[in-house]
Amino acid sequence: MALFSREISREEEPPLLRGRAGPARAGGKGGRLIVGAVSLVALVALWAMAAWLAQSRHFPGPVAVGAAIGAGIGSGELPYHTAITLARVAASFVVAFAIGSPIGIVLGRFGKLDLFFDSWLILFLNLPALIVIILCFVWLGQNEAAAVTAVALNKIPNVAVILREGTQAMPPGYDEMATLYRFDWWTRLRHVHLPQLAPYFAVAARSGLAIVWKIVLIVELLGLSSGVGFKLNMYFQSFDVANILAYALSFIVVIFVIEAMLLRPWQSAANRWRP
Amino acid sequence: MSALSIDIRRKVYGSGAAGRLAIAGLEFEVREGELVCVLGPSGAGKTTTLNIIAGLDSAFEGEVRLTGRDAHRLSYVFQEPRLLPWRTLIENVALPLKGRPDARSAAAGWLDRVGLNGCHDLYPGQASAGMQRRAAIARAFAFGPTILLMDEPFVSLDEKSASELRGLFAALWKAERVTTLFVTHDLAEAAGLATRVLIYSTSPATIAADIAMPAARGAASLKEAEQMLRLALQRAAGSGPAAGDRSNFEPGPLGIG
Repeated sequence: MALFSREISREEEPPLLRGRAGPARAGGKGGRLIVGAVSLVALVALWAMAAWLAQSRHFPGPVAVGAAIGAGIGSGELPYHTAITLARVAASFVVAFAIGSPIGIVLGRFGKLDLFFDSWLILFLNLPALIVIILCFVWLGQNEAAAVTAVALNKIPNVAVILREGTQAMPPGYDEMATLYRFDWWTRLRHVHLPQLAPYFAVAARSGLAIVWKIVLIVELLGLSSGVGFKLNMYFQSFDVANILAYALSFIVVIFVIEAMLLRPWQSAANRWRP
Repeated sequence: MSALSIDIRRKVYGSGAAGRLAIAGLEFEVREGELVCVLGPSGAGKTTTLNIIAGLDSAFEGEVRLTGRDAHRLSYVFQEPRLLPWRTLIENVALPLKGRPDARSAAAGWLDRVGLNGCHDLYPGQASAGMQRRAAIARAFAFGPTILLMDEPFVSLDEKSASELRGLFAALWKAERVTTLFVTHDLAEAAGLATRVLIYSTSPATIAADIAMPAARGAASLKEAEQMLRLALQRAAGSGPAAGDRSNFEPGPLGIG
């Protein structure tokens, strides 16, 4: 009898763990796209409603901004200025990484240098972007070189700090292996160090892209006569909010595309070894 | 003919008053073609000796000489496999051979010899612990070493994989006859593999015993050899509690009884 009742109770006992993976759902990637689209539509709807409630010339809805984008594309002005700003972003980004990452790697590797330069790094990290920009324009003149230099100078300390942390976090074991098997410096960099630093490069690139284009706009607004920042300044004089939003939105779309077409594929390629 | 002569007069960990003397007057030679196993209490500086020989640790007083050849090549099988996880097994074995035109095919040949045929393109994370050790051994042999350093390479494997790998290593070593210094704490391993056994004293390490092993060993003499090593090790450990000796075991304050 006892045995019998125990068997029944066992059947009713819930399992300790239950797997949660149901039958494979159709298109995990497609699902993510749908969620993204729905959330975007919701945001636009919210905006439309807020604009409709505000009924203000200074708070245009999505339709008015869409019309401004259309007009800007039609005249060729919007793509032109966006392209110029994008070129400046790309140039500053490349310069910032080309200079900032070797500095970070060297500081991470040589503790004595790090000790010496640490205070410099803190100083540059905390130097306001605006001051760097003004100084660059004063010293180098109001030109492209000054603009790119100013933006890169703002990003370099950030890249350096992130890669310094990454370099310091590398365990010595792989390096010992590389020393023992006589890897030359290039093999060591390419096969031992860079793969370990890839996540740190990704962080620096993500945060870098976001910060760099914002600083480029300030540079353009302060001292150049082309680019999105320059146009924003113009529309600000006439309080043309529809066009201001049109430029801002187009640039955000460009950044989205870069993120999806360049950063993501690169990151998943860099991570393909992870089990 | 001597291949390796070691004279480590002093090795201290840390500095000042907090420094710990790890090695004091450690002197021995390894002759060409020997497989010398190093046994000793844990913390006796066995791994430190290998790191010093490999040139990974230069903070010591003394000398290491590689002799008998114009140029030596060292391979080192670390305690953990230390394969680059972002490179496939074959890339891991081929990387040290960079510059050789046949690097990839040589690497493939060695992977096959350690029983990893068909697994060349796995990433280490996709391979089992035993497979990773095999790849590390393939890398070490592929490098074409004149001296091979091994640091408890089969530790933390289950007994079946460990004994498989021991057999594999013994076969490879018989074929290649590389001068080898093999650190282990496994008496049976030392008894089965070594041509000579060095026993370290407790820290600071010196050589407590230097034992030549008979060339041919049957199962019975293997047991005898193991027993002999156990006794030598106990003597080296001095008054400390010897491994396997539980006669003076007393239950702690929480012991029941």
